[in-house]
Amino acid sequence: MMKSDRREFLNLSGKYILGAGLAPLFSALISGCKTMEAVTKIGTSIAVSQGVIDESQADSINKSASAVARSFQDITPEQEYYIGRTVAATITAKYRPYNKPQANMFLNVLGKALAQASELPETFGSYHFLILNSDEINAFAAPGGLIFVTRGMLRCCKHEDAAAAVLAHEIGHVQLKHGLQAIKKSRITSALTTLAIEGTKSFGQKELAQLTETFEDSISDITSTLVNNGYSRSFELEADMAAVKILKNVGYDPNGLVDMLNVMKKRLKPGRLDFAKTHPPPAVRIAALRKHIGRYTKVKTAGPRQPRFMAVFRNI
Amino acid sequence: MITRFKTMLMMFVLFSLTAFCAYATGEKMMSVQVRQGQIRSTPSFLGRIVVNLSYGDRVQVREEKGSWIRVSVPGSRAGGWIHASALTTKKIVIRAGTKDVSLAASADELALAGKGFNKQVEQEFKVKNPKIDFTWVDRMEKIVVTPNQIKRFLKKGGLSAGGGGR
Repeated sequence: MMKSDRREFLNLSGKYILGAGLAPLFSALISGCKTMEAVTKIGTSIAVSQGVIDESQADSINKSASAVARSFQDITPEQEYYIGRTVAATITAKYRPYNKPQANMFLNVLGKALAQASELPETFGSYHFLILNSDEINAFAAPGGLIFVTRGMLRCCKHEDAAAAVLAHEIGHVQLKHGLQAIKKSRITSALTTLAIEGTKSFGQKELAQLTETFEDSISDITSTLVNNGYSRSFELEADMAAVKILKNVGYDPNGLVDMLNVMKKRLKPGRLDFAKTHPPPAVRIAALRKHIGRYTKVKTAGPRQPRFMAVFRNI
Repeated sequence: MITRFKTMLMMFVLFSLTAFCAYATGEKMMSVQVRQGQIRSTPSFLGRIVVNLSYGDRVQVREEKGSWIRVSVPGSRAGGWIHASALTTKKIVIRAGTKDVSLAASADELALAGKGFNKQVEQEFKVKNPKIDFTWVDRMEKIVVTPNQIKRFLKKGGLSAGGGGR
């Protein structure tokens, strides 16, 4: 390589590295103001105007920033609501709801009081709770706050603090958007691409078909995680930690969760399609909780909560 | 020499942009991102509801206290507290046209109401999956719990209002 060529090569490489490196760096610095993608575009356009990088180089930087920016966080609460409704409908197609208005109302008042003490008290369609008529020990949270608890799970709750703990754990999953994170990233990118090429108020048939297919796949990602595979152990423990915080905010004893897990430990049968399959073993969760809330102390059931709880759930 | 000047100029422009953004966030407008938002007299879910807001309504931020934001409604004398989770910094476009769609695809300041996974997509899903029945979902969404019911429930149970994650 000639000396002048080498100098030119080094000069060009330096410019490219400078342009590619500085744009995201400055983008990250001001990420509180704009998204990574939008600011990267500003950064690269300045770099282009200054002759530091050319148009195609800028385009490639913008494309990679765009791919980084697209994730479950781009799903608006309104879209999360529609995802949640269909996940919920899929659950009620599999499990028959328990049609007892008094018990469902109690669960809704309790659940709403807890949701208001969470870090995500407001969702697009608000929180709603329903009991499922199943002996299986299970509970599900659809994105956006549609929460289901089986009769089998409620039978593991000997007092209101334990039932509160079950709901608070599920609210934790909603708050932490674990359901949305079960959707494969490629589907979100695909949905956003469809959205980007669609410009009128109503979708064209082709776009609607594409979007519905992505929607179906996303629902399937979530329901197979909720019903068959379970979340990761870290998500479950995160939801337990969120539950402890919610319970403490309202004044419930977080040891209620330990009590429920101890009953569950005795009742879970290995190999069944319920909490035994989709959650870490109760002993693991109890050990993690102890680190967080300290030594177990017995939950007080002498107060006013026990009679009202037993009045509704004695024969669940 | 010229290259160094260009680099310094670029860094100066980007630094100015950073400063401008910091300044711009000082006076904030936000949008209601839930179907129904409530402004309350105090920063608590037990506070009296002063005004109801709809999806996409804009509010001006006056003060922040934990997870609660004191806002005023432009063009009216209404104001009070709303939980931060009901608001977004994005501008929500209710009737999005072609221009908005391309803007929203490239930037993060816009959210398009009724776009993406929406009622129309749900309808299409129902046609393709007739065995998935939404009756119970609609029924559970109709279960309404009033603020007074929660207030009584907490009081009788010797509990306190969580205050939205405080």
